Amino acid sequence: MELKELYQEIILDHAKNPRNKGKCEGYNHDAKAHNPLCGDKVHIYLKLDKDKNISRLSFEGEGCAISLASASILTDTLKGKDLNFSKKVTDDFLNMIKNKTKITLNSLSEDQITTISSLSGVQEFPMRIKCATMAWHTLLSALEKKN
Amino acid sequence: MEFNNIKSIFPIFKQKIKGKPLIYLDSANSSQKPKMVIDEISKFYETEFSNVGRSVHTLAVKATNKFEETRDIVKSYINAKHREEIIFTKGATEAINLVANTYGEKFIKNGDEILVTELEHHSNYVPWHYLRKKKGAVIKFASVNDNGEIDIDEFKKNITEKTKMIAFTHISNVTGSIMPVKKIIEMAKTKNIPVLIDGTQGAPHAVLDVQDLDCDFYAISCHKMYGPNGLGILYAKKKWLDELPPYQGGGGMISEVKKDDISYAESPNKYEAGTMQTAEVVAFAKSIKFIQDLGIKNIENHESKILEYGLEKLRKDNSVSIIGNPKNRASIISFTIKGVHPHDIATILDDDGVAIRAGHHCCQILHDKLGIPASARASIGVYNNKEDIDVLCESIKKCKKVFQI
Repeated sequence: MELKELYQEIILDHAKNPRNKGKCEGYNHDAKAHNPLCGDKVHIYLKLDKDKNISRLSFEGEGCAISLASASILTDTLKGKDLNFSKKVTDDFLNMIKNKTKITLNSLSEDQITTISSLSGVQEFPMRIKCATMAWHTLLSALEKKN
Repeated sequence: MEFNNIKSIFPIFKQKIKGKPLIYLDSANSSQKPKMVIDEISKFYETEFSNVGRSVHTLAVKATNKFEETRDIVKSYINAKHREEIIFTKGATEAINLVANTYGEKFIKNGDEILVTELEHHSNYVPWHYLRKKKGAVIKFASVNDNGEIDIDEFKKNITEKTKMIAFTHISNVTGSIMPVKKIIEMAKTKNIPVLIDGTQGAPHAVLDVQDLDCDFYAISCHKMYGPNGLGILYAKKKWLDELPPYQGGGGMISEVKKDDISYAESPNKYEAGTMQTAEVVAFAKSIKFIQDLGIKNIENHESKILEYGLEKLRKDNSVSIIGNPKNRASIISFTIKGVHPHDIATILDDDGVAIRAGHHCCQILHDKLGIPASARASIGVYNNKEDIDVLCESIKKCKKVFQI
């Protein structure tokens, strides 16, 4: 496994210029997580509309390039998407990391699939898997609880 | 024994990591083991093993003698007055918990103060926190200055009539700062306050003479002294061990057990409940021999040369910030690289076979104070040399390349 497969251009770009950073206005769901081993933190905020659409989605956090990129990619991909669809993408993402499956959802653009799949490089770095999955698990927690 | 070629005594260095020679710069986390220590563990299990201090058969006698021999060796090595002052534990963490628990139970009351420092590893803070919760003790922190040191005046001003324990690290596991241990103990003595030294980082790098220090308690981590994992030592003055209540209850620590009451064994047995780590204790004698053959003074000199070389090289790199600048420093360089998170540094270094630690190193209080969530730490052991530092520095350049800095 080459290091450059872990630190791909897309990941470095999202890590250096994270999208949707901060508290989004009018959020009605949020959840945070923290990895005590390395100190990485993530806090997901989202606004779920009555029609079950995630109209706003953002995050606050600090951590390594992988964890920041992962949170940034998550918000970029799922903002404006339907709740069930977002849960499905999250399941597929977690499956991809855990079981090395491919992401093939029809409703995602090829670009989006490429972006999400760029995180699959962590499969070969077991100590870094949590960095990539933490934001996605936190999204699921946020969806489960209401403010 | 010579430092040149010393890696050949450590079997771990025979392997390649990611196709490259292993550059092990994580000894503050745990040190590697020399062949004689590993061999002693096998030899003990193959020819001498039995439980200790219980049966009377030949092997039990052999094993018990070897186990107790290590106690004598440790006693001499740290210059304790009595062999009964050496208690084997599962680690330095357990050693500190033992003191916090037993001393706390007997002597700490609501409002009593325990003085620690902002440099402490969690293992010398969390056990005292339990006393804050259980007994209403107050924990005070001596502040670290910009150099990553704590001077004696900082201790002085935090001591009050209510101070019942001063507990601090011998050497910081983040800044490498060597504390003015003796001076602090002298000051504490004038006020009759007991002192616990967390010697986790101190014991592998510094000359140890507990009678000269006159500390009440000194906690040691054996796996950081080229010894087996799962073993630590508590040195405690005999008067404390006689006076304090037992820690854990079980076999081996009792004198008489009746339905209506129990009396306890004397120290060290009083504090060694249940079956102890046997092969580990026996093999630790070889770790001390290894250190003695090299000479702890020579180890100090060897490591400080490499430390100075590393500090000098890293200081030349503007994107690297070294944490702390203590006047007296041992074996540890914690650093950050602008624009690269420590976790990413550790992954990129590992690709070059360089093993360091990234994170808060169980020192969240200090990292909060420094305003950083984590740092990268290169720590030096007997087997390191200047070439290892060269590889480290090359690999740091690679971090910047990967992150396009």
